[in-house]
Amino acid sequence: MFIILDMRSLWRTLDHGALRDVALVCLADAIVGASFGAVTVSGGLALWVPIAMSVLVFAGGAQFAAAGVLLAGGSPAAAVLAGLILNTRLLPYGFTVADAVGGRWWTRLLGTHLIVDESVAFTLRQHEPQRRRAIFWACGLALFACWNAAVVLGAAAGTVMRNTDGLGLDAVFPAVLLALVLPALADRGTRRAALLGVVIAVAATPFLPAGLPVLLALAGLVLAGRPAVTPADTTRALEVR
Amino acid sequence: MPLLAIAALAAGTYAFRLAGPVFRNRLHIPARLQHLLSAATAVLLAALVATAALTEGHGFAGWARPAGVLVAGALAIRRAPFPVVVVAAAATTALLRLTGIP
Repeated sequence: MFIILDMRSLWRTLDHGALRDVALVCLADAIVGASFGAVTVSGGLALWVPIAMSVLVFAGGAQFAAAGVLLAGGSPAAAVLAGLILNTRLLPYGFTVADAVGGRWWTRLLGTHLIVDESVAFTLRQHEPQRRRAIFWACGLALFACWNAAVVLGAAAGTVMRNTDGLGLDAVFPAVLLALVLPALADRGTRRAALLGVVIAVAATPFLPAGLPVLLALAGLVLAGRPAVTPADTTRALEVR
Repeated sequence: MPLLAIAALAAGTYAFRLAGPVFRNRLHIPARLQHLLSAATAVLLAALVATAALTEGHGFAGWARPAGVLVAGALAIRRAPFPVVVVAAAATTALLRLTGIP
């Protein structure tokens, strides 16, 4: 209740342009969320699995990664590990937007769950403290609502569709991840490590149990050598969606 | 996926998110570690893209799926809106399958 009253005053500090951008991002994520629900359920996972993941994990990339490992026949442990490694990026995010998340301990606990690529990217664009708080909460809450609603709808559709191959939905998952990773590949050191990792993972796929080749790709980091520190990478990676 | 695995992923994810809001004044992440984390994420994502696009089980997935992903990548490089990238990937793959390419 208090959050709602608090939000109303925050809402007024936002201009229409920012709210329109948030709405556009919500629409894009809804499409991805619906595909996530449809692909996972038609792929054989139980209806509640994508829904529980979306509410509790609330991180699209990691959800796709974990579900992708599972659908390929990998173990739950490999799925959790793949998802967690992807989500390590949330660690620096938390420090970047800590001021916008909130002051009281319970708003902080609640707001913490809303730290995602999109809400962080929007918050980074604002500099005035009041506006940073407003856009973080507006984007975070709107995304949480849209993402989960879309996943439920997609999952429900997935129970009807026996085979989504004809719709090409299996291309959505790698396409989403590719759009996410492209900006980070602008850095030469990262690109070299990623290329090595890709070769390792694809070459290992025929021989290793599902899920492991992707984790083995991290060896690309070691083989590529010590990366040069360019702090711009993190911010660039945030501008994806 | 058992509930336990989802709970583990959710708890770990929440912990990553929580560190900043809790320790913002007491802890500083070195730039080198931050870069290593983002590089590791990029490597993992790239490997996921490649294996998910090219392989199915232990074998080749067929041409339609990687073609769709390639079109999506080209659009993303040209900074096309995210919904366009997603729909283009599915549409390309679906159209190729319609013409008989697996």
